[in-house]
Amino acid sequence: MSERIPVTELTDGFRDRAEVALADGQLRTNFRTAMDSLMKKRADAFPDEEEREGLRELGNRIKARALSRLPDLLEQLEAKLTDNGVKVHWAETTEQANEIVHGIIQARQGSQVVKGKSMVSEEMEMNDYLAERGVECLESDMGEYIVQLDGEKPSHIIMPAIHKNRSQVSKLFHDKLGVEETDDVNELIQIGRRTLRRKFMEADVGVSGVNFAIAETGTLLLVENEGNGRMSTTAPPVHIAVTGIEKVVENLRDVVPLLSLLTRSALGQPITTYVNMISGPRKADELDGPEEVHLVLLDNGRSGAFADAQMRQTLNCIRCGACMNHCPVYTRVGGHTYGEVYPGPIGKIITPHMVGLHQVPDHPSASSLCGACGDVCPVKIPIPELLQRLRQENVKSPAEGAKVKDGGAKYSRKERLVWRFWRTLNSSPVLYRLFLWGATRFRKLTPKNVGPWTENHTAPVPAKRSLHDLAREHLARNGGQ
Amino acid sequence: MSARSNILNKLRTGLAGSIPRPDDFDERLVTEPWQYAPEDRITRLRNLMEAVHTEIHQVSSDNWPDKVAEILAARNLSNLLHAPATAHGQKLAEYWPKSGSSAQLLAYDRPVEEWKEELFWEVDASITGTVGAIAATGSLVLWPDRHEPRLMSLLPPLHIALLKASQIEDNLYAMMQRQNWSAGLPTNLLLVSGPSKTADIEQVLAYGAHGPKELVVLILEDV
Repeated sequence: MSERIPVTELTDGFRDRAEVALADGQLRTNFRTAMDSLMKKRADAFPDEEEREGLRELGNRIKARALSRLPDLLEQLEAKLTDNGVKVHWAETTEQANEIVHGIIQARQGSQVVKGKSMVSEEMEMNDYLAERGVECLESDMGEYIVQLDGEKPSHIIMPAIHKNRSQVSKLFHDKLGVEETDDVNELIQIGRRTLRRKFMEADVGVSGVNFAIAETGTLLLVENEGNGRMSTTAPPVHIAVTGIEKVVENLRDVVPLLSLLTRSALGQPITTYVNMISGPRKADELDGPEEVHLVLLDNGRSGAFADAQMRQTLNCIRCGACMNHCPVYTRVGGHTYGEVYPGPIGKIITPHMVGLHQVPDHPSASSLCGACGDVCPVKIPIPELLQRLRQENVKSPAEGAKVKDGGAKYSRKERLVWRFWRTLNSSPVLYRLFLWGATRFRKLTPKNVGPWTENHTAPVPAKRSLHDLAREHLARNGGQ
Repeated sequence: MSARSNILNKLRTGLAGSIPRPDDFDERLVTEPWQYAPEDRITRLRNLMEAVHTEIHQVSSDNWPDKVAEILAARNLSNLLHAPATAHGQKLAEYWPKSGSSAQLLAYDRPVEEWKEELFWEVDASITGTVGAIAATGSLVLWPDRHEPRLMSLLPPLHIALLKASQIEDNLYAMMQRQNWSAGLPTNLLLVSGPSKTADIEQVLAYGAHGPKELVVLILEDV
């Protein structure tokens, strides 16, 4: 079996991890199969182009409107949730968010947490934080449970274990849970169900993410297919929801198009099996539901992206994963190669604001700029345009002032000088002609090794005659025709 | 400065000089493609829900408990959880001794903490009402409350839901407007569109992930 690449053990950069991933045939097959299928499902879910484009336009306008009033909406959301009996917490950093979550658990003397799928909790590395403090935090989404059991991180934001096939999962369950190996996916899911059901019953606290937070009614909306989200938010006596500050929308009706865009773009489903709309803890006379509900609002670099009108569009994201599914780079290297919580095109534009460009200097360049991500984005984030902007920010000199966290990560004086020389050469007719004359006459002197290019390509050699020469000769021969 | 004021200040600085975008929500985009003739709504709902392994029966408003007994007998189940304070719960309880069913009728009439273990492991099936359904997406709308708690539709492996045919709306937007959701929501409103499922392993669809393995909808013909 080919070697897996657990993200937690990786220290090298994107390029090195990409080398490993590209050489892993099993991994490439697993991703290719999955992404081809997800692309087809999305296409089938939007048979009417006019309807799809109208809805994308509406989705974009709704998110832009919410962002244009974001601080007011966050305050309205807080006020409404508080009225409903939900306690709202604010965190600028993941450390603060973890402290808040741990504080709530400690107040209940809790030791067991079940967690529904939540990418923000991945940002926080909540599992590790709580484990270090003696609290067991178990993933309950089947995919997340599988990767957690294998000591890995998710490789896709919707399908966390998509890099594994059934025999890998079967072997994992056999090794970790002591069950018989089986190639029957249904049986594997039932093993997960039995194991996790006891945990749902015993857990002191349930943690979930949030897909949309509705300011108008003070409602946390959560989509899922498995029921683990419902379990985590209903069975334990405490529910803690964690979310980024950009997830708030103004009105309840705003979620109608967003929900349709989300589920159809992600998995090609008209809707998920469960759509949870949570507006408060158990009322005094109710028989179940959590006694306490908390919401932790996390910034973690989002306000930095927000400060720049162009980069603010990054925060439109509704986390459907369609950009990954359609990305030729993601499909070939897989999610772990990115080495961060959010892989693929959306990861490349959101991660720099969270961790700084110094941490992910290769991300903006890890794209063919083919435009597929922008074409499929349900809320019309111009991802290629933002990647180009990040590339510019990446090479800015310190004197120009960074507009993105740790901008100028790839600034090089040498490269600047080369480009300046190239500009001068191409803007002076005399120099240009001189260069062409030299390049064609001394073509044999071209180096055989020109860095990364010649790793996979033959070295470029100038032609014997320049195009200008040939054209001039052609025109002379044909009387200027 | 608190995290709250730091975050809000940063956001307000980012918006300085800008004006909020207008609310130009175009409801036609979420209603017009999703409208059905009244007689087609049930067909649309059936098609979508059956495609995701939901079992649907159209029954009369009077004798639906017969169907419930039949469903339990076919599966040889030993008990059924119901909500005794609801109208449908009362009807079922009244009818049950006459049904000849061997399944025991359980009542969700005490806090979950008093019988959590039993609820998790020993209840075979449950029956709940709905406040309607959405034809466009094939979704039931559940509005849990003190009489019909949240876990009823989640824990038992078989969930039977009662749906009045007259309460099937075209789309989610129409449902929200008709029931005036923005005026107040329950602690946990739910859209349920099939039995629990997952495709997390190789995208192979498997039913019965964490919630009910089976969903049976009884559409009560009241129109």
